Amino acid sequence: MHQLIQEIEKQYMPADFPEFRVGDTVKVHVKVKERNKERIQVFEGVVIRIKGSGTGKSFTVRKESYGVGIERTFPFACPSIDKIELSKRGKVRRAKLYYLRERRGKAAKIREIKEWELRKRAQESAAAKENQ
Amino acid sequence: MPKGIIGKKIGMTRVFVGDKAIPVTVIQVEPNYVVNIRTPEKDGYSAVVLGAGSRKEKRTPKPLKAIFEKAGVKPLKTLAEFPLKEGEQPELGQEIKVEDVFEKGDLVDITGKSKGRGFASAMKRWDFSGFKKSHGSRYHRAIGSIGACSDPGRVWKTKRMPGHYGNETVTVQGLEVVDIIPEKNVILVKGSVPGHTNTVLKIKESVIINRRKGKRKLKRAKEAYAS
Repeated sequence: MHQLIQEIEKQYMPADFPEFRVGDTVKVHVKVKERNKERIQVFEGVVIRIKGSGTGKSFTVRKESYGVGIERTFPFACPSIDKIELSKRGKVRRAKLYYLRERRGKAAKIREIKEWELRKRAQESAAAKENQ
Repeated sequence: MPKGIIGKKIGMTRVFVGDKAIPVTVIQVEPNYVVNIRTPEKDGYSAVVLGAGSRKEKRTPKPLKAIFEKAGVKPLKTLAEFPLKEGEQPELGQEIKVEDVFEKGDLVDITGKSKGRGFASAMKRWDFSGFKKSHGSRYHRAIGSIGACSDPGRVWKTKRMPGHYGNETVTVQGLEVVDIIPEKNVILVKGSVPGHTNTVLKIKESVIINRRKGKRKLKRAKEAYAS
């Protein structure tokens, strides 16, 4: 892609959200317009996919409510996202978690990354950088 | 100021305005220079000739070189003529930028050379629907019948048939200016424009703004993008 386009897309990208990955559980605060009132709705679930780049980059959040699976896709650049909160980090081995769609209840659970694991990972990557 | 400017197609992307994602074409408009001025006394009408891009001195024909010298500008690659906005008189050699000519929410017509497709079938060239792909059909993308029998005994003129398609001058009317970024010399226009990347485009004030539909569109575009 042309460099100029990338620069323009950067201008249109919103304030930074916390960095999250596929498998993490996030709370997305969405602005909802009702007539001329605006309120904020929270959509909490597992990030099952991150795709695209630039202003076209989007992520999909999946949750189960009343036994029905619900997926919502948000563009990162979408101005109607108020903020994103990261509530849990998940341990997954895949970039796209489509397999969650066929699972229910406990089988659809994702193992959480513990604090000490995160710290260990950070240390290891720092050490790897020093070795270089 | 002229009613148009010369630009270059960079590519497409999408941007968010309000809550809506809008497909836009990114057009780079490097500063244009006034190369010549047409006056009613001399030419019978008033307009300006703008130039953009650059070309090598030794690749410039002498007659053109004389014109550039008179205007006091370096040899330019593309030249195009645009009508003037009322009551404004630019000077020879004056630099003209996008933000001088257009503002957000304007409607523009864009002229460029479309992508060449070579010898194309009637399906591609004229949107014919073609024939069955399967169920024993052995006739897929061909043109089909091109007329009746002995009456009229010939094929009608202008019958749409396969042939050369593309690589011709095309104008798209009534595109909305979504954003202008002066520091990057860039204009964002809603929708697609003719031609491949790096193609030279002439961006003009739209002819539809005097029509009823155009006025409505202009009003809506101003509301959406001007603020």
